[in-house]
Amino acid sequence: MTEFAVRAEGVGKVFPTKDGDVVALTEVELTVDAGEFVSLIGPSGCGKSTLLRLIADLDPASSGTLEIFGKPASKARVDQDYGIAFQQAGLLPWRTVAGNIALPLELHGMAKPARAARVAELAELVGLTEFVDRYPDQLSGGMQQRVAIARALAEQPRLLLMDEPFGALDEMTREYLQGELTRIAADTGAAVVFVTHSIPEAVFLSDRVVVMSPRPGRITDILTTGLGDTRDEALRESPAYFERVTAVREALHGTPVERANER
Amino acid sequence: MTRQRAAIAWGVLGVVAIMVIWEVYKFLGPAEGFVVGAITGQTGSGVMLLPRTNDRAMPHIWEMVARLFQSTSGGDTPPLIVPVVTAGLLTLGIAAVGWLIGVSVGALLGLVMQRWRLAEWGLLPWIVVSQTVPLIAFAPIVNSIGTQIDRGGTPWPQWLSVALIASYLAFFPVAVGVLRGLEAPDRIHLDLMRTYAAGYWPTLLRLRLPAAVPHLLPALRLAAASAVVGAVVAEVSIGMRGGIGRMLIQLAGQGSSDPAAPWGPTFGSIALGLVAAGSVALIGFGLKNYRRGEATA
Repeated sequence: MTEFAVRAEGVGKVFPTKDGDVVALTEVELTVDAGEFVSLIGPSGCGKSTLLRLIADLDPASSGTLEIFGKPASKARVDQDYGIAFQQAGLLPWRTVAGNIALPLELHGMAKPARAARVAELAELVGLTEFVDRYPDQLSGGMQQRVAIARALAEQPRLLLMDEPFGALDEMTREYLQGELTRIAADTGAAVVFVTHSIPEAVFLSDRVVVMSPRPGRITDILTTGLGDTRDEALRESPAYFERVTAVREALHGTPVERANER
Repeated sequence: MTRQRAAIAWGVLGVVAIMVIWEVYKFLGPAEGFVVGAITGQTGSGVMLLPRTNDRAMPHIWEMVARLFQSTSGGDTPPLIVPVVTAGLLTLGIAAVGWLIGVSVGALLGLVMQRWRLAEWGLLPWIVVSQTVPLIAFAPIVNSIGTQIDRGGTPWPQWLSVALIASYLAFFPVAVGVLRGLEAPDRIHLDLMRTYAAGYWPTLLRLRLPAAVPHLLPALRLAAASAVVGAVVAEVSIGMRGGIGRMLIQLAGQGSSDPAAPWGPTFGSIALGLVAAGSVALIGFGLKNYRRGEATA
């Protein structure tokens, strides 16, 4: 029996406002296998970030059942079953790189020597060993985001939740970090739920791409990329990759895109 | 570095400008002032539009400074600066106690208001209103309560009343600063702490307090200046001896015969405010890592 990292059945989210209820998410059916990389893609307001926040138990679901490794989302949060990274790095500016990576470990009472060893390991993993004593304001955006990823991985979570973590970065850094992320995800064997705006990013990273649509936020399509385990620069130029990008684009727009637009 | 130098230059320039204005007006203004509608033979009648510039009303700055080094009240008494410094140190000590009380109470109020929104609604208006009560009205009440307690057997020295009154001014900026500071963390940081399943205390310690530092430092500095003002005023209004407030009043009373003398304790109290605010700036120096801003990605 395969273990599910995330299992959502009929999940919905309603935000009550002064002008009546706003349905942010409705009837979400989604399973993410352990170790699987799944991207959520869709236009603004399609509820992809909302879904991620529900999985992270940052907001409660209004309806349906949501299980993380077979537990309710709130239990999974308390048990630290997932690590999370947001669009902004969200580092504490008064802590060094090492201090920021150590934050979750410190909060959960890991002893100092073990903590130092783990921080060194994580810094190595994201390639920031020389920068552990720097402060966030001394780092570039891409480096800050790598610190945030290291922090998310600190507790060796089996599930990584990422909300447009590369959204604010330039294209070069973005592609580099995408490559790094696939490597890290493969190394750690963690399942990843990755929210993004970018079709190529979703295709390059994912085993499956979940296409979402707004008003009300819902899942309209789930595409398997079937691009295998190696995600390198060669893949970005392969016909299979382009073909999947087109497929996701068509799923997003709902109609076949004319050939001329693809070139 | 250049910005620091510029700040110093502007500060010096400001002081020099005040001295120049003082001396220029003293030189140009009418010795007996300019009075409209005075009735001859009736002192104090009419409206004075320009103040007197004679040596009794406006001593020269160099006379004020020189007076500091002349004997306090003739004979063998030490130069004026000695009692000014002694009195200043006493007042500074009392102000420091007042500051500590004010900071503790203010911080506690800030914490409570941040923790429970209801407490903020209930307390904040009262805290604001409290600052509209004039110290002069409030000081004698504190003093008489202190005297009652003292008579009741529990020793209550007069300086404690002064410190308490000083704390009444000092707690206000701290309460507001702590409240604003604790609410300063970004949404993303609070979310992050929630994903770590961190409760109130770990969040307070590792996120809210460090994030509050940039709001806290100006509040502490303001509180220090307020504590000094409060201590000086309280000394005067409850008549405590030995402090710089009392000295100020005493020498001002003898101003017509010794016009430069009251300026001694005046400079003394200015120095007190500077020392108090400066000491707090030192705290800020130790906390400078908490004032870093995160460059946006």
